[in-house]
Amino acid sequence: MTQTAKFYQVGSRAVGNRLLPLDQRTEQANPERRNALTSGHRACQGCGEALAARYVLDAAAHAVGGRLVTVNATGCLEVFSTPYPESAWQLPWLHSVFANAASVASGVAAGLRTTGRGDIRVLAQGGDGGTVDIGFACLSGMFERNDDVLYVCYDNQAYMNTGVQRSGATPGGARTATTEAVGAEPGNLFGIGKDAARIAIAHDIPYVATATVAELHDLEAKVRKAMSIRGARYLHVLVPCPLGWGSATSETVRLARLAQRSGLFPVIEAEGGVVTSALPIRGRVPVEEYLRPQRRYAHLFRGEGRPDLVARVQRLADQNIVRYGLLDEES
Amino acid sequence: MYEQVEGSRAVALAVARCRPKVIAAYPITPQTHIVEALGAMVKAGELAGCEFLTVESEFASMSASLGACAVGARAYTATASQGLLYMAEVLYNVSGLGLPVVLTVANRAIGAPINIWNDQSDSMSQRDCGWVQLYADDNQAAVDLHVVAFRLAESLSLPVMVCVDGFVLTHAIEPIEVPGQEQVDAFLPPFTPRQVLDPDHPVTIGAMVGPEAFTEVRAISHRTLLRAADVFDELTERYAQLTGHRLSAVSPYRAEHARTVLLTIGSVTGTAHELADELAAEGRDVGVVSLTLFRPFPVAALRDALHGAAEVIVLERAFAPGAGGVITPDVRAALTGLPITVRTVIAGLGGRPVTKDSLRTVLDDAAAGRLEDLRFLDLHEDVVDAALAAGGLS
Repeated sequence: MTQTAKFYQVGSRAVGNRLLPLDQRTEQANPERRNALTSGHRACQGCGEALAARYVLDAAAHAVGGRLVTVNATGCLEVFSTPYPESAWQLPWLHSVFANAASVASGVAAGLRTTGRGDIRVLAQGGDGGTVDIGFACLSGMFERNDDVLYVCYDNQAYMNTGVQRSGATPGGARTATTEAVGAEPGNLFGIGKDAARIAIAHDIPYVATATVAELHDLEAKVRKAMSIRGARYLHVLVPCPLGWGSATSETVRLARLAQRSGLFPVIEAEGGVVTSALPIRGRVPVEEYLRPQRRYAHLFRGEGRPDLVARVQRLADQNIVRYGLLDEES
Repeated sequence: MYEQVEGSRAVALAVARCRPKVIAAYPITPQTHIVEALGAMVKAGELAGCEFLTVESEFASMSASLGACAVGARAYTATASQGLLYMAEVLYNVSGLGLPVVLTVANRAIGAPINIWNDQSDSMSQRDCGWVQLYADDNQAAVDLHVVAFRLAESLSLPVMVCVDGFVLTHAIEPIEVPGQEQVDAFLPPFTPRQVLDPDHPVTIGAMVGPEAFTEVRAISHRTLLRAADVFDELTERYAQLTGHRLSAVSPYRAEHARTVLLTIGSVTGTAHELADELAAEGRDVGVVSLTLFRPFPVAALRDALHGAAEVIVLERAFAPGAGGVITPDVRAALTGLPITVRTVIAGLGGRPVTKDSLRTVLDDAAAGRLEDLRFLDLHEDVVDAALAAGGLS
């Protein structure tokens, strides 16, 4: 007899696979999984990106029967996985330069179709710098042409590969090597930010989703859904970086979960330009609970602290909660 | 069969007969007519199984070509000027990965000041990007070089750039014979990639290489590129047998007994030939040697063509600010040990016509011992002097 498990029994949607019937278990629980990014690579301990990349690619490969090729932007993921003559990739993998992963993937998709192998699917991946900054024009072009590519951004909110400099995805108040919190400086500026998922949605492409490395079932389901659709698709995955965030290596998954539960990182889906689902916040936390364990926010809590800045971050979270109705179902 | 046709259209027809699978297009003058013609052919169903990607930049067009090539699709794109610079990062990457993309450069000046007219600053700026560089003397050569380029590229798994002078050639209408489909098919077999992204045989392409192997990778690239000179000769010979159209890495004209030789590259060659004819009628021996193959540099062929000369005047359509000619140092190196004076004339920058009269003045000055090591053809010295004086630099 199979047991039915409640997804929120551990305070989130995470659930032990052992409690689920076989067909509901994650691809990561499948001993036959692709193991797209195999062990032995050189990512830091607790790397959220390494974890997410394997989750995403294993799920994608499974969804398309292994008929998958990948294109990678320059960045941590590329560097730690392919120091010549080694490679951690268990599937066909191509890296060109920093900014062009989306365009290379467009060419790969066209090349596969015109050589009679249109059944092989294309997944492009990069970090937030390669996606929302330097690679943004290529990404937007790939969206606008509706090229048959799933582009996955692993967002750790700064240029970690080069030593933690600010990117267009760095949140307000965060300290990076180029946004030091000196004196009254708040760390990174509070701008209006570059919300890549919303910009992707504005392209009216078939599918856009956000996810975190903490919600494996949710992440895998979104990858499966993305691979069931043809055309341009975008998946934005929040991946904590212990090095850049100044967090304990054991905290990666918990921080990703707190980002979602505080409302700072809304986990949503959109189809054809319309938001179709949002992962409700269960057990809402104040942003302070998410910020405090990260040294990149230490200046907000040192001495008398900066309650003004913490309040600004809280307002951003509150805005997200209103925008996507994140507390509508349950709180 | 010869037809009156615009150079761009003829190049497009030649490319079409090479059966490309992916064509990436981004507009920039004076290259646009080429991709417009190819786009129309794809839309009309005349290029079966080919996709025409209208991308958002030259950086993307070269990136998409790279991606297509990496899965074994014959890929082509065209650009000019700023566009070539915008794809520069990917040009190096394509050659580093050994992907046989073919690119047309409709040669145009680089700004600032912005200038849409012809010179060769664009392709010359990418001299060291690891691509084979071929330069067309005329539109017949432009057509023939494209067919050879695909075969050359795929034989060695190297990218090839075919440089065609913007406007002067791309927009000129003249009688051209584009080889027939059967001839091209006989010359150019389907693309068999050296390495391909394939789920059944997963490979990692584009790994990070450190100090322990990077030099070796570069040395391999260099030797492969050098091989292209011999392969070009073999292929052009076979191409001539099939089509009757003769191409050569280095082409001497009236050069055998000439003491003074004009070394040309690109469309200025025709002007130089005419002048050489006129001078011959006057009893003056001036030879012309034109370069079709610039990278790899055809050292042996050039040395052979120039060994009898006393003076070589390199007519350059680009220049290296702060140094002088771009081609001249290579020519000097090729002629090492021979008693030949090498001078540089920078000509036709930003579309300024290179006339027979002006070249005649150069040759007269050379004969009278008045030609400097570096001269800008038809330079208005007064304008330059006045501007420098106004800036306190005279």
